[in-house]
Amino acid sequence: MGAIMEATSNSSGTMINRSLEWFGDLGSFSWKVICAAFTKPFELREIIRQLDEIGSKSFPLVALAGTAIGTVLALESRSSLAHFGAKSMLPSAIIYAIVHEMGPIVTGLVVAGRVGAGIGAELGSMKVTEQIDAIEASAVNPYKLLVFTRVLACIVVLPLLTLVTDFCGVFAGWVAVTLSDPISFHRFLEKGLSGVSFSDFLAPTFRTCAFGLIIGVVACFQGMRTKGGTEGVGRSATNSVVLASLFVILADVILVKLILIFWP
Amino acid sequence: MKTAIADANLDRNPAGRTSGEPVLVLREVDKSFGAQHVLDGINLTVTRGETLAILGRSGTGKSVLLKIIIGLECMDSGSICIQGVEIAGIALNEMNRLRVKMGFLFQNAALYDSLTVEQNVAFPLERHTKMTASERSARVMELLSSVGMENDLKKMPSDISGGMQKRVGLARALALKPEILLLDEPTAGLDPITSGEIDDLVLKLQKDHALTSIVVTHDLQSAKTIADSVALLDKGKVVMEGSFQELAESHNDLVREFFKRDS
Repeated sequence: MGAIMEATSNSSGTMINRSLEWFGDLGSFSWKVICAAFTKPFELREIIRQLDEIGSKSFPLVALAGTAIGTVLALESRSSLAHFGAKSMLPSAIIYAIVHEMGPIVTGLVVAGRVGAGIGAELGSMKVTEQIDAIEASAVNPYKLLVFTRVLACIVVLPLLTLVTDFCGVFAGWVAVTLSDPISFHRFLEKGLSGVSFSDFLAPTFRTCAFGLIIGVVACFQGMRTKGGTEGVGRSATNSVVLASLFVILADVILVKLILIFWP
Repeated sequence: MKTAIADANLDRNPAGRTSGEPVLVLREVDKSFGAQHVLDGINLTVTRGETLAILGRSGTGKSVLLKIIIGLECMDSGSICIQGVEIAGIALNEMNRLRVKMGFLFQNAALYDSLTVEQNVAFPLERHTKMTASERSARVMELLSSVGMENDLKKMPSDISGGMQKRVGLARALALKPEILLLDEPTAGLDPITSGEIDDLVLKLQKDHALTSIVVTHDLQSAKTIADSVALLDKGKVVMEGSFQELAESHNDLVREFFKRDS
């Protein structure tokens, strides 16, 4: 019994040490990226390439995810609201749920999966084949060329992709509603947006910039510290997705609370 | 091209190429990874135009030494002076100024796999020169011609052989007209004929560009062909340094064993 307790205590001690080491390394990594961000050249061409890679290529996936959540929300909410005699609230419920929570978090998680795995595997593969060393040996800062460009692209692209998810979700919600109770899209929007102001859209949409920062930094960090050949690359890709998704969910909880405090 | 390489072999005169002015001076360089002591008080001096081959078994710290020289790894203690500049504790922008004067050929060439052969060679030129696109293309063509790869400009690294990748890596290392060339196992994993071609190519390029070079290898034939002097590393220490002939005739047990095993 004593041996089991000692083993458990040792293993939790190691885990805490590893976690602290991970956060320490992440801090040092982030500092290098910040320093790289303010030095010339600004790698505009690479930033544009990453905007396309991360933004345009995630478009179909987030559109599909938005359509799915809009449809499901409409189908699920209709019977519940009908039960309480509040069926007329359906457009508001769909739009409010999508814009405030479902759109941002679903976009964050979808991008964490697609982009996190991509960045983790790409940088991990470059690391184990010494391509990152080759960049450094060419007197080029890899934190600038590889990391800053990807992180910036993630930050810029996430709010735009969230708008895509929101639009597809609302549109799919309208289609699902109108199939059972025909209503024009204009009327659906009018009813849904009646109690919502423009500022209600801003904070939820722009909180995805924080999701972009988390996804970019975590995925690049995992990729840049890859060790151990192809197995290490696979591990980096998996860890990037898992950690980025986890931190996106945690950040969502914190940011929602902050938004409710500052924009009640 | 074959004739040019043969001429380079015939004209080779190591004594004439070196000037005696030290370009790279390593003093008491130590490096450990955890409990493993990889380099233990390395002392080496390379003079202008000299080619030093560092021999040794796998895992004796040869590649680590090259990475320390170009600043990819930090030494634990000791001193490295490159053209009179001490690199211990040097700022990144100062180190980058030195890196521009150095070319590095990685063991597996380390070509950027998302870029074509042409883009790989153009990469340092885009970053560190103000060449126009046409000037850059001409320089890339000149470099790739010098390594016999002028017909493979648009190919991806995954579409060419290991020997061809080494050639492209060499062209990339020479792009900024470096004064110092660091070669990490240039013939590793290649067949004897391709290894010979790479050796001849390195020799020709050293002669054409008056380069100071450090070549890490465990290929004795390669060291004999391209090096002016040879240092044998074992367990992180320099066991012996001298000309290839001096090492070949040495009575030191370790040196004799190394040379005997290879022969």
